Amino acid sequence: MSSLIGDDRPIFAQIAERIENDIIDGVLPEESQVPSTNQFAAYYKINPATAAKGVNLLVDQGILYKKRGIGMFVAEGARSTLLEMRKEQFYEQYVVSMLAEARKLGITESQLAQMIERGGMLK
Amino acid sequence: MTIVAQVKGLTKRYKDTTAVNDVTFALEENKIYGLLGRNGAGKTTIMHMLTAQAFATSGEISVFGEHPYENHRVLSQICFIKESQRYPDAFRIVDALAVAASMYPNWDPTFADELVEHFALPRKRAIKKLSRGMLSSVGIIIGLASRAPLTIFDEPYLGLDAVARQMFYDLLLEDYSTHPRTIVLSTHLIDEVSRMLEHVLVIDKGRLIIDEDTDTLRNYAFTLAGPATKVEPFLSGRRVTRREPFGSFMTATVIGELSAADRQQIEAEGLELLPVSLQQLIVQLTHQPSTPQEAVNR
Repeated sequence: MSSLIGDDRPIFAQIAERIENDIIDGVLPEESQVPSTNQFAAYYKINPATAAKGVNLLVDQGILYKKRGIGMFVAEGARSTLLEMRKEQFYEQYVVSMLAEARKLGITESQLAQMIERGGMLK
Repeated sequence: MTIVAQVKGLTKRYKDTTAVNDVTFALEENKIYGLLGRNGAGKTTIMHMLTAQAFATSGEISVFGEHPYENHRVLSQICFIKESQRYPDAFRIVDALAVAASMYPNWDPTFADELVEHFALPRKRAIKKLSRGMLSSVGIIIGLASRAPLTIFDEPYLGLDAVARQMFYDLLLEDYSTHPRTIVLSTHLIDEVSRMLEHVLVIDKGRLIIDEDTDTLRNYAFTLAGPATKVEPFLSGRRVTRREPFGSFMTATVIGELSAADRQQIEAEGLELLPVSLQQLIVQLTHQPSTPQEAVNR
């Protein structure tokens, strides 16, 4: 079984996230065609219905759109929409857990700020 | 959704045991189902009743809208691959395939030939001289090439190594993509198949205890680990299926979804949150409670 898919969340959500990542990274540019659900199913070794559920999630959000008889395509403006959504999630996903870990280790706010600055310098 | 098979209140009693107890479910068209549970839970009995190989003591069965018993119209639409399929003594592999070809209207001879190549089977060899794994391969080939609208595999992989099993799963998914049909997989190797299953039925001691989409089951339970003093308060009022104390440390598996507030609390307390795989979930739901504490929490 492909280890690209984890046990922690529904598979359809993971498929949607992988497509989102590919759009954000530019692997799937706007107006390019997305692999078919059967291609996703074969590649990740998952049920085609599950792959379709992940793709349809993005269609509902206007990230992908369907061209009848041809397939799924990345919508115009999809990348900027996704970037906005991800920025909103960033605080919940990364900042909150980082602060919790910092508190556990007794890292003060100013020490944390210094660390972030140091990280920024490295680039 | 079109329903291809339905059972209501299905019960099978032998002298003093109830093998299947008041089971009700429906199989929808073109979905892949997992029929899961321990040995002796009643899975095979249910499959035998669905395919008219055993009589129900009570309850209703309908397959493709009709009763399956001695009903050729229905039975030609069902392919049931059993773990211990028997063939006539004189049969060679080619003979078994020829009989299957005449039984199933959707049989694809080209696909069957491809599969024989894939599994590297000696066509002319007598079936009684085949190894356990080769025998399983013959069943798998018949199950796939029959393309029956309702295909049931009952532990079809006995004697097959991991490579051959993966080949079976890949071929099944590939063929299902182009020829969708209703498939029921009864298996103990849950981790191997969980990603192919769209819906899961779990049988425990003759009863149906889970009838749920696989994706829903992925959020069905979680494991929490951390200092017992911090984990314990979180467990009260919840259904706990496993509690493993280790010194002052505690690992517990809990049924139920987590709210955003729960997640924040877990994070704030510094507890570890781990996913529960489908296999772990089913093991925990179907094993005998080993301590009185667990029995209370069930």
